[in-house]
Amino acid sequence: MAGISKAFPGVQALQDVNFEMARGEIHALVGENGAGKSTLMKVLTGAHLPDAGQISWRGQPAAIHAPADAQALGIGMIHQELSLIPYLTVGQNIFLGREPRWKLPGFIDWKKLYAQTQDLLDRLNLDVNPRAEAQGLSIAQQQMVEVAKALSLNADLIAMDEPTSSLTDKETEVLFAMMRALKAQGVAIIFISHRLEEVFEISDRVTVLRDGRHIATRPTAELDHNKIVELMVGRELGDIYAYSPTEQRDVVLETADLSDGDELKGVSLQLRGGEILGLAGLIGAGRTALAETLFGIRPAAAGDIKLAGQPVKIRSPKQAIQHGLGFVPEDRKLQGLFLHMAVRENVLLSGMDLVATLGFINSGKANGLVQGFVDKLDIRTPSLQQEVRNLSGGNQQKVVIARWLALQPRVLILDEPTRGVDVGAKAEIHALMRQLAEEGVGILMISSELPEVLGVSDRILVMHEGRITGELTREEATQDKIMRAATGVVHHGI
Amino acid sequence: MPAQSSKIRNLLRRFGLILSFLLLALALTLLSDRFLTSANIINVLRQSTINGIIAIGMTYVILTAGIDLSVGAILALSAVMTANLLQGGTAVPLAIIIGLGVGAGLGLINGLIITKANVPPFVATLGMMTIARGLALTYTGGRPITGLPDSFRTIGTGVVGGVPVPIILAGAAFIIGAVLLTKTAVGQYILAIGNNPVAARYAGIAVHRYTTFVYVLAGALSALAGMILIARLDSAQPTAGLAYEFDAIAAVVVGGTSFAGGQGGLGGTLVGVLIIAVLNNGLNLLNVSSFYQPVVTGVVIAVALLLHRALR
Repeated sequence: MAGISKAFPGVQALQDVNFEMARGEIHALVGENGAGKSTLMKVLTGAHLPDAGQISWRGQPAAIHAPADAQALGIGMIHQELSLIPYLTVGQNIFLGREPRWKLPGFIDWKKLYAQTQDLLDRLNLDVNPRAEAQGLSIAQQQMVEVAKALSLNADLIAMDEPTSSLTDKETEVLFAMMRALKAQGVAIIFISHRLEEVFEISDRVTVLRDGRHIATRPTAELDHNKIVELMVGRELGDIYAYSPTEQRDVVLETADLSDGDELKGVSLQLRGGEILGLAGLIGAGRTALAETLFGIRPAAAGDIKLAGQPVKIRSPKQAIQHGLGFVPEDRKLQGLFLHMAVRENVLLSGMDLVATLGFINSGKANGLVQGFVDKLDIRTPSLQQEVRNLSGGNQQKVVIARWLALQPRVLILDEPTRGVDVGAKAEIHALMRQLAEEGVGILMISSELPEVLGVSDRILVMHEGRITGELTREEATQDKIMRAATGVVHHGI
Repeated sequence: MPAQSSKIRNLLRRFGLILSFLLLALALTLLSDRFLTSANIINVLRQSTINGIIAIGMTYVILTAGIDLSVGAILALSAVMTANLLQGGTAVPLAIIIGLGVGAGLGLINGLIITKANVPPFVATLGMMTIARGLALTYTGGRPITGLPDSFRTIGTGVVGGVPVPIILAGAAFIIGAVLLTKTAVGQYILAIGNNPVAARYAGIAVHRYTTFVYVLAGALSALAGMILIARLDSAQPTAGLAYEFDAIAAVVVGGTSFAGGQGGLGGTLVGVLIIAVLNNGLNLLNVSSFYQPVVTGVVIAVALLLHRALR
């Protein structure tokens, strides 16, 4: 792949990226969230068309316009989210849409299908019944079935996006053994992982992407953890973050060994009024799980939550709100907004009691309150009656934030508050967070963007695999230290 | 300007519905000299009261992206129970309250099954439809209960100030329903749930409670419609209200409320009810065979849906 570029509205996802694979090679692709790894793989496998650049396959220019083109060339992709159909058998899943035909047209030769499936499974040393339903398989087994599916398409190159993120150590070992076996058969594998230890264990070469650019490709043996992290984060902080510390007050939120029985594995933290606590980590580290558990969206399985020193039980967002919590969720459109409703109602929905008497909305009061926030947050909308879907991303995000400000929370949790927001609105949202902190609100900000975490936070917690693996003051925090904790390097004592 | 164009589209959407209603009325006025008479207009309105009252509840349900197939069966069960109480000598107001309570209670069961057991509304209310209908038949032994007290029959046959009581009741129900939907917090919560149930939960709205409420409302309004029906007929049939759910759904859909939830309202439903009633009335006046009438109604619903889609 040479000179690949790809832009999405507002983002240059890939910029002039070169990438090459040798036959029978395991090549690790690493980078921060949003560095362009997944986009590069989607270009390779035909899910995205590049804006510029050329893909060559076995020395010949290749035209990959659709996933089917990539398949035909022998390029397979295993996505992070598995795509097996739960009620179909392993064999049916592997040959879906390409079932071997029987003598009569339209009939499937099941015997042949299952025999071929068995051959594929044998090739992977996978002890699974071809006639078993996919839903009964472990995640690891499902992943291997996906690999078998790729092999059934005669794939010579298989791209695996975070294949180990939901596997246990033992399952990972089995997957690695299979990858080595495939390598011996001449199949090349692209391995995307956030876990550097795995990269060192399995890969022959490493390519680092950062901000959509190709940074380096080196043999794994020439690198160490520190060097890779350096390559991943090595950029200067912009000066868009004007920081001024605020007075730290009493602890407003405290958790002890909080877990949800799934992604969150015992988190203890303290948040003070007037503090912006940054929560860093990679996708799947359990940051959102922490926020959702605090806000009553997920039930807490164990541990305690204290608000202003008082132990509380939070079983629903409604209760969380009554206790003075606010939550700006990660996915604005899915979790935050009512796209077909007006700006006014979107701001008011959590605080109807403020503007209603006996349930009847006082229109004048409602308009006054919402207009106040539209002015304060500089929400650009032609009117309060405007449907929220017609606003830009930044203004939509301000609408969600305004909903919580109306309730005057003691603790505000913001999950990726500036994702998909333009630079101007981003700075405004940061300034607003600081202003809230000055008013004594405790702010927990989840962000995958390291410059944001470093630029905005008073203190930084880093999560990895459901636990807090690092706590850094603003002064001592660096991208390097955060990435180490986020990739579990510190945690594993390296 | 997206604001401008969406405003125009919005106006066109509402205006288009009323325009087609007026065109229909105009056509019928030209085709039949019996159409535009006060007697016929009162007649059309009276005929549309039962579907109208049921369609109010159905609008609320569809606004939450749900559906209620059990309204006709709830109507029947609450009607035969009310009739039986009345014949047994229960005071009229008490019998009415109990009848409405039966409707609301059955709606509550619908709502709880949908929210707590997470059963899709289509399936839950399909079950309720067959169960309530079966209970109505069992309760009466399949026979109609005929002969109701005159004071009760007033709600179906009475006239106040020249206006039949059912029209007054339906009009009041529409006004109360519209005020609840547009002027109160509860109405906005219901729209929000239909718009985005996940965001509604994140915003601290008691999604289960308000979802359950719309089914209670639909059940109670079905019971009210049932009382008007039996008061008019002086007889409660266990087979009353058969397929009424489809008339109500048709009115809501013609009225422009989206099956996806969150968009629409009672103004549209009112026009939808009237279009269907006027259409049936016109076909009768024009002596169109009753076999053809459902075909025409079906075509009108299909055309209305296509227009809504085109204007969206």
